Amino acid sequence: MIEIVRQKAGELLNQGKIKGFIAPSRENGHVAPRLFTRVEELSTLNLGDSSSEGDARYPLDKILITLHRKYPDDCFGILVRGCDQRGLYTLYRLNQLNPDRVIEVGIACSPGLAKACECLKPFPDDAVAGDPVAPEGQKAVEMVEDMDMAGRFEFWMDQFSKCVKCYGCRDICPMCFCNECSLECKDLVSKGDLPVDIPVFHLVRAMHMADRCIDCGLCEEACPSDIPLRTLYKKTGRIMDEEFGFTSGINKHEKSPLSIMGPAPDKKGP
Amino acid sequence: MDYQNILTTCTYCGCGCNFFLEVLDGELTGTIPCKTSPVNEGKLCIKGWNVHEFVQSDKRLKRPMIRKNGNLEEVSWDEALDYTAARLKTVKAEKGSDAVGFFASAKVTCEENYLMQKFARAAVGTNSVDHCARL
Repeated sequence: MIEIVRQKAGELLNQGKIKGFIAPSRENGHVAPRLFTRVEELSTLNLGDSSSEGDARYPLDKILITLHRKYPDDCFGILVRGCDQRGLYTLYRLNQLNPDRVIEVGIACSPGLAKACECLKPFPDDAVAGDPVAPEGQKAVEMVEDMDMAGRFEFWMDQFSKCVKCYGCRDICPMCFCNECSLECKDLVSKGDLPVDIPVFHLVRAMHMADRCIDCGLCEEACPSDIPLRTLYKKTGRIMDEEFGFTSGINKHEKSPLSIMGPAPDKKGP
Repeated sequence: MDYQNILTTCTYCGCGCNFFLEVLDGELTGTIPCKTSPVNEGKLCIKGWNVHEFVQSDKRLKRPMIRKNGNLEEVSWDEALDYTAARLKTVKAEKGSDAVGFFASAKVTCEENYLMQKFARAAVGTNSVDHCARL
């Protein structure tokens, strides 16, 4: 699989179609995100795998935003899994990236990784490598939904109370690009105090993720307190699907129902 | 266009978390925790997450300063070191060794901290050595 990606990225660089290719790179025993600008550099290309598949994934979409903001006229290539592409589609929708300046090179995730992520779309459209596998069930969400309300409340308050307010969930998130963040609004979240305001802090973020979260899971992986953030955002995503038939980043050109002024649109989902 | 991720170690405390500093055209734009680091496994605290901000802060002290007539003035290293050495000697002579205290730092190496406590104990003669994390 990696050879196909290397070859594809090399072609794009050779043909001058892209200024650089964003993908992980294995160097000095570590996996790091990198901008490959020359074909010779591609020997260190990595798919975000260190000791197991997908255990060293980084917010490549976020790096693309940084580059696009400074070089809006240049075109970049980027390695995408299903979630990364959902992220790109969402960032196109939110006018943070220009699809004409991005060339996606997609890989499908293995059944094992898809299962571990309980992924709704473990493959990008037009994958160049890997066999697309079917979406997975949402066991983590269902486990919480099976609790009664009091139990569910207790579960989440218990989880939120572990928060050390590092803001890592926001900082790693490829969908968090706002210049002004509600989590730094003094009316919602007190500044310089611990423990963090619960459940406000986590619910504000969950609300903002409702039509954005692309379920890449980087927040949960970055959380030093092991709060099951992914389950929380999966749940908000599920509410969006149930209420509006909308899932962030699944369809390239779909507008978010939350951005429509006026009465709620007709339900499209099942 | 020059975008790089430089692997480095957090200077805030002794844990030694690893992260990448994002550098775009010579300017720090972000911090990304290193997932393959056995120390922090892709996680950071709030201080580590914001390292890229202090490095280029205008508020950083870049030259030694001495307060003269109530105002801080930039001086040469020679003047600052001479002044400090003279004051340490005077305080020690007039008030005794325990009138001097030392603050070590998490932002320097083990060897530098070793030298500092050695200087405190052997040269000045006090065991009043503390650490910046308690400030």
